[in-house]
Amino acid sequence: MSMHQRRLDLKNGCVDLSHGAGGRAMAQLIAGLFHEAFGNEWLARGNDQSAFDVATGRMVMTTDGYVVSPLFFPGGNIGSLAVHGTVNDIAMAGARPLYLSASFIIEEGFRFSDLKRIADSMGEAAREAGVAIITGDTKVVERGKADGVFISTAGVGVLPDGLDLSADKARPGDRVLLSGSLGDHGVAIMSKRQNLTFDTEIVSDSAALPGLVAAMVAAGGQGLRLMRDPTRGGLAATMNEIAQQSNLGFRLQEDAIPVKPAVAAACELLGLDPLHVANEGKLVAVVAPEQADTVLAAMKAHPLGRDAAQIGEAVADDHRFVQMATSFGGGRIVDWLSGEQLPRIC
Amino acid sequence: MKYADEFRDKELATGLARAIRAKADPSRAYRFMEFCGGHTHAIARYGLEDMLPDNVRMIHGPGCPVCVLPAGRIDMAIALAERPDIILCVYGDLMRVPGSRGSSLLKAKARGADIRMVYSTLDAIALAEQNPSREVVFFAIGFETTTPPTAVMIRAAEKKSLTNFSVFCNHVLTPPAMRAILDSDTPIEIDGFVGPAHVSTVIGTEPYAPFARDDRKPVVIAGFEPLDMMQAILMLIEQVNDGRHEVENQYRRAVAGGGNQRAIKEVAALFELRDQFEWRGLGSIPASALKLRSAFAHLDAELRFAMAERVVADNPACECPAILRGLKKPVDCKLFGTACTPETPVGSCMVSSEGACAAHWTYGRFRDHQRRLAS
Amino acid sequence: MCLAIPAEVIKLLADDMAIVSIDGVSKEVSVALIEEIAVGDYVILHVGHALAKIDPEEARETLDLLRQMGAVTAEVSP
Repeated sequence: MSMHQRRLDLKNGCVDLSHGAGGRAMAQLIAGLFHEAFGNEWLARGNDQSAFDVATGRMVMTTDGYVVSPLFFPGGNIGSLAVHGTVNDIAMAGARPLYLSASFIIEEGFRFSDLKRIADSMGEAAREAGVAIITGDTKVVERGKADGVFISTAGVGVLPDGLDLSADKARPGDRVLLSGSLGDHGVAIMSKRQNLTFDTEIVSDSAALPGLVAAMVAAGGQGLRLMRDPTRGGLAATMNEIAQQSNLGFRLQEDAIPVKPAVAAACELLGLDPLHVANEGKLVAVVAPEQADTVLAAMKAHPLGRDAAQIGEAVADDHRFVQMATSFGGGRIVDWLSGEQLPRIC
Repeated sequence: MKYADEFRDKELATGLARAIRAKADPSRAYRFMEFCGGHTHAIARYGLEDMLPDNVRMIHGPGCPVCVLPAGRIDMAIALAERPDIILCVYGDLMRVPGSRGSSLLKAKARGADIRMVYSTLDAIALAEQNPSREVVFFAIGFETTTPPTAVMIRAAEKKSLTNFSVFCNHVLTPPAMRAILDSDTPIEIDGFVGPAHVSTVIGTEPYAPFARDDRKPVVIAGFEPLDMMQAILMLIEQVNDGRHEVENQYRRAVAGGGNQRAIKEVAALFELRDQFEWRGLGSIPASALKLRSAFAHLDAELRFAMAERVVADNPACECPAILRGLKKPVDCKLFGTACTPETPVGSCMVSSEGACAAHWTYGRFRDHQRRLAS
Repeated sequence: MCLAIPAEVIKLLADDMAIVSIDGVSKEVSVALIEEIAVGDYVILHVGHALAKIDPEEARETLDLLRQMGAVTAEVSP
């Protein structure tokens, strides 16, 4: 005899504690909302885990947590951000992302309609990126204990043979390439925050980078030393990390770094440096001089790299300073941002 | 950005740098003090030092209101914020200013004090309206630029008949700080002043006249785009060479001689001078700071919450006092870059983006190594 | 904190407020401190308040002067 079960009221209903209890309510939520959105053969089997064939060679694994506030922002939401961020972490190694897991910690009272929007975005982002979300978990906590929803992910991917990107491969004279404009994500988020009431046309750049990466790997060969995506802390944090790990200094040209005028204006208003603002669909690459032009051309030919530019080069430097020639003519350091000016940015 | 980009033009900068080099007399040094956090920041952020000849030196004065706020006032704010009925509204820079014993508003917030960062005084009003059962206190700091916005906020609070709103007032004045620098026991050689940009839009050019006339120091009020600064430096060099000591206004597009009369009147209506006020690094200065007039006593947090005055001695190894007075540079401080960094600030000069130490650390410290290599 | 930036007034609102715009970024700010304000004026913004109007004529003259200063030296130097 089949159980009569009232359909999920996706339009007006809310998550309550029963949806995290492991019972029928939770099963219904998972099937009706998450499986619907992520739609793949693994989830259809309904197991707590999913099995997949392992490629020979080296695999890559990553994990991430997403606590962005607000949950919905111009250009995306916590769900699409979670998928993009995870596949990008894998892609920065030069690996092809394959499978993701997604774990949700949901606050009691969270609207189904919002959860569905998030889940649908994740499904769409995953399909576009060529990955599948094959396993997950759901927990519900009391009101006030989770600020809507937190998402935790893990991802696995496979490395092409012979590819070993690493900061210690960088050499003086290597070129620094940036895939596009800085600061879009951070400013899109700020435009929605409570205290800041300005409207901009800036949309988060949240995007899946594996396609761009594949083009760059094909073009760069052994000349591609490493790639990083400048998320929290912006380009400044990323360049300083690379400097520390590669034991080199970097010299950048401010004039060469693309920043949209509205982003620059918003940063001026808030006293922020675009170099410190988070990006979620950009990457920086260090490439040997012989391959730099080819890689740059490959980037520009890709939709996510249209504004790509060479922004500087690596130099020998015992202090590992990241220095920049300002657009005005003088020089300055590009340092890590101190303190937390933009909490919960991703 | 209109009225900004044109004043950041590299071509014009090169022309001005040449003009400065041509005018600066190689047989002497020129030492100019700037008094405006925005100027400190612009010099560092655009690398202006690289564009000036070696004999033209910029000295950072106490133009950063966060930097001159004594640790005791931070302690008072922390004590207030720790009360459960209080929401304390602060500008972002204040969060990491060190109070006594390594405390800060940021750390107090992590321990549970309800401290909210605001970008505008009007955000504080909105918070008071949204939280009628809580007491909302605005931590007001700043020179004459920031006091009028506080005045507008107080008028708005009155108009809305808010009964849960008050101000912890730490507004300070620029001319007394300049006077303290010049009258100091350990005076430094200054050949002229770069006058603050936006303080001057409010107070006009008259308040600087005594320094030109009586102390015989050239004063050039400058905007804080980099070309403004370079033009002002050129004007100062010309005054020094000519033996003149006048008040000149480079920032004519925003500064009128009489200042912003409406702002001046509003501030005079709501605030009065304190007899004395403690400044980090400059000691106690008479008639240098403001408090609310008695008609607005109900909005004065110090009275409303019977806040006890706290005086805290600065860390003896911290050179902020000497740095704020232009006697020493950040690299002269033993703690610079070791115990004192932007992540672990000991003194206030390292906290604010306008502080001399923070500016040097964030933008300019590579020059220390260059100088060491060159010598 | 001392951040000040020039912005264009694009709309006047009630209660001495206005909407300003900089390169596509719009923000609601107070214009209570400005005597006479009109759409199209440029103001200096500081912590959410307009503090002063920018005089376009003075701005032009300053830029002209800057250009002259740079040019003169170019002729003189060897």
